[in-house]
Amino acid sequence: MTKPVNTPVNNLQKIRKSLSRRNRSEWLFRWYGRLAIFIGLVAVTVLFTDIVSKGHGAFRIAYLQLEVEYNRDLIGVDNLTDPEQLILGNWQAVPKQALRQQFPDVSGRSDKRKLYGLVSNGSGFDLKDRLLANPMLLGTRETVWVLADDDIDTYYKSWLDGEPYAARLSDKQVKWIGELHDQGKIRLQFNSNLFTRGDSREPEQAGIRGAVMGSLFTLLLTLMLSFPIGVAAAIYLEEFAPKNGWTDFIEVNINNLAAVPSIIFGLLGLAIFINFFHVPRSVPIVGGLVLTLMTLPTIIITSRAAIKSVPPSIREAALGMGASKYQMVLHHVLPLALPGMLTGAIIGMAQALGESAPLLMIGMVAFIVDIPGGFSDPATVLPVQIFLWADSPERAFIEKTSAAIMVLLSFLIVMNTSAVWLRKRLERRW
Amino acid sequence: MNQRSNLLALLLAAASVTAASSAIARDSIEVVGSSTVYPFSTVVAERYGRASGKPTPKIESTGSGGGMKLFCSGVGTNYPDITNSSRRIKASEFKKCQANGVNDVIEVHIGYDGIVIANSVKVAPMELTRKDIFLALAAKVPGAVVGELIENPYKTWSDVNPALPNTAIEVMGPPPTSGTRDAFAELGLEGGCKKIDWIAALKKTDKRAYKEICHTIREDGAYIEAGENDNLIVQKLEANPAALGVFGFSFLDQNADKVQGSSIESVEPTFESIADKSYPISRPLYFYVKKAHVGVVPGIQGYLNEFTSEKAWGEEGYLAEKGMIPLPIKERRAMAENTRSLVPMTGKEGLK
Repeated sequence: MTKPVNTPVNNLQKIRKSLSRRNRSEWLFRWYGRLAIFIGLVAVTVLFTDIVSKGHGAFRIAYLQLEVEYNRDLIGVDNLTDPEQLILGNWQAVPKQALRQQFPDVSGRSDKRKLYGLVSNGSGFDLKDRLLANPMLLGTRETVWVLADDDIDTYYKSWLDGEPYAARLSDKQVKWIGELHDQGKIRLQFNSNLFTRGDSREPEQAGIRGAVMGSLFTLLLTLMLSFPIGVAAAIYLEEFAPKNGWTDFIEVNINNLAAVPSIIFGLLGLAIFINFFHVPRSVPIVGGLVLTLMTLPTIIITSRAAIKSVPPSIREAALGMGASKYQMVLHHVLPLALPGMLTGAIIGMAQALGESAPLLMIGMVAFIVDIPGGFSDPATVLPVQIFLWADSPERAFIEKTSAAIMVLLSFLIVMNTSAVWLRKRLERRW
Repeated sequence: MNQRSNLLALLLAAASVTAASSAIARDSIEVVGSSTVYPFSTVVAERYGRASGKPTPKIESTGSGGGMKLFCSGVGTNYPDITNSSRRIKASEFKKCQANGVNDVIEVHIGYDGIVIANSVKVAPMELTRKDIFLALAAKVPGAVVGELIENPYKTWSDVNPALPNTAIEVMGPPPTSGTRDAFAELGLEGGCKKIDWIAALKKTDKRAYKEICHTIREDGAYIEAGENDNLIVQKLEANPAALGVFGFSFLDQNADKVQGSSIESVEPTFESIADKSYPISRPLYFYVKKAHVGVVPGIQGYLNEFTSEKAWGEEGYLAEKGMIPLPIKERRAMAENTRSLVPMTGKEGLK
């Protein structure tokens, strides 16, 4: 008997001895947790401050005040209802003439070109739209705020911030802007173009409306297809399917698919929908189909979890009252599991909204100006728009990129918050 | 029962939408191809769309090779109408086009793009030659004896050429999938490689070995693949003044306050020097049009007219403002004439 006897006193000493060590490890563990959360928060703060500090400027844009004249001869239009004339009209001549009158002492071809460069090259079309809205203006003069060129916008903002960036401007242009500023004829306005227009290669005319509409149509189709299919699959697998090798095999495959890189779904979509079924490239239909494939596994898995969380007593009670299995599922299990399914669907949709890789393969990464009006119009989506702008050489696109990221993030925050809210609101504890 | 029929209706609705759309003919132009030409063709497309009131052409940036592949797959509205390219169509691609029924292809040479080697404005600009570039960046360089190749031993620029600063060789550039990388290897590296007599002689005897020596970029960390995003390279150069970056002229043009181009054989990369071809690292830009689609897909003729108009691709045109280097006036006129009258390629252009 060399072993020490485990007397109660002996044990108590052991416990007392280990107490400080155990306390210390708990204290350490708590601090590890706090540190982890702290690092996460710092990363999020850095990301958000970086994006917001780069992107906040894009919500305001420079406008010049000009006195324009809608001269019939200058534009070459005397009848605003004749589409032929409207197409041939020299609309840009209107802001050009106004600039010449504003700076009468500018002469010479190259100086004039620089002068015309103060306004956006789309400003003539903006005035055309204005004129079409008020046909009475034809032949009259008025003072309007006209969109400035992106180089002017960049310079004016950097100048207001005290670090002027004039590399793209000539000395004369800098001087003209100084004069306009002194006369109060240049100012920053809310950039409504950002929300009302489609993509453009001119940063001052570029907007995210086209991408937002594209995302909307694509996600709508994704939801319409993936939610019913996913819920049906989950109900069948959970409630009706026999438990055998086949269903195990299917379950493993579904879990696998949820982890497959999204670009693979793009390749699949290209092979099946575009090359085999001849669905056109770049349209929300094909985007929606591909994203459906991608989100289905997520929706099936969360729906199954939601169905599993409905207690068996509900099923047994329904069956005991004489309900058929079909009635039991449709009348009792499904309504109780629906909040969980909806949460899963929203999270799946948020994931689909942020996806750009699979869309690369099916032609949705493209320059599309016209705002899509339906499921079969060429479209891009928000993340793709961000990618395209980030790649553009024009400097003004840097702030546009960050602004688009802010819009995308706010959509994601709204979706994820509503998922949390729905869960809190509708969740039932058993 | 009600829920089930709802579900079914949704599925049917989705299916019918899919079926209906695939039958619709296209009313807008589809353009694919080079990411280098993309910034220029998008501007033309936008102007064309806005001025004509017709649907704006859709432009996808797939890379020159990827665009050719899509373009040459066949005739019909499922295939693109136009492909952009930052190099000339290859003989093999032309053959593939012909084999797939794309018989009449119109070639449009639109201008040039310069490739610059730039560094931060915080330090002095570099004065390089193509030979310096080759010696600094090739995987294998000539050794002491004629005909001998050794693994690139050079660590600093002054190792390559005593006139250059004593800083480590660190060049950020595009990855192998990029057309810019191909052009940089062909015009920059090969241009310097040719200056070494015995390698130049090799071209006649063993073309494959010649190409391998001249086009292979070292992989020991001196050349950093910085991805396709040229804005990122500009940002990295700003943060690291010792490094050099390789990208297209338009990015230099837009970021003149942050980066400066190195002179090559004492020619600085400027709009003028690229246009008169005295700057050695520049490449031609093209696009190719399917003649069979002109008149079938509305607007192609209008798009071609817009692209080949003086206000677009002229010396003072809006493409020049975006950084494209125009053709000389004579070539430009001939090319515009050719394009507007839809003269297809004959196959006897001496394609490589």
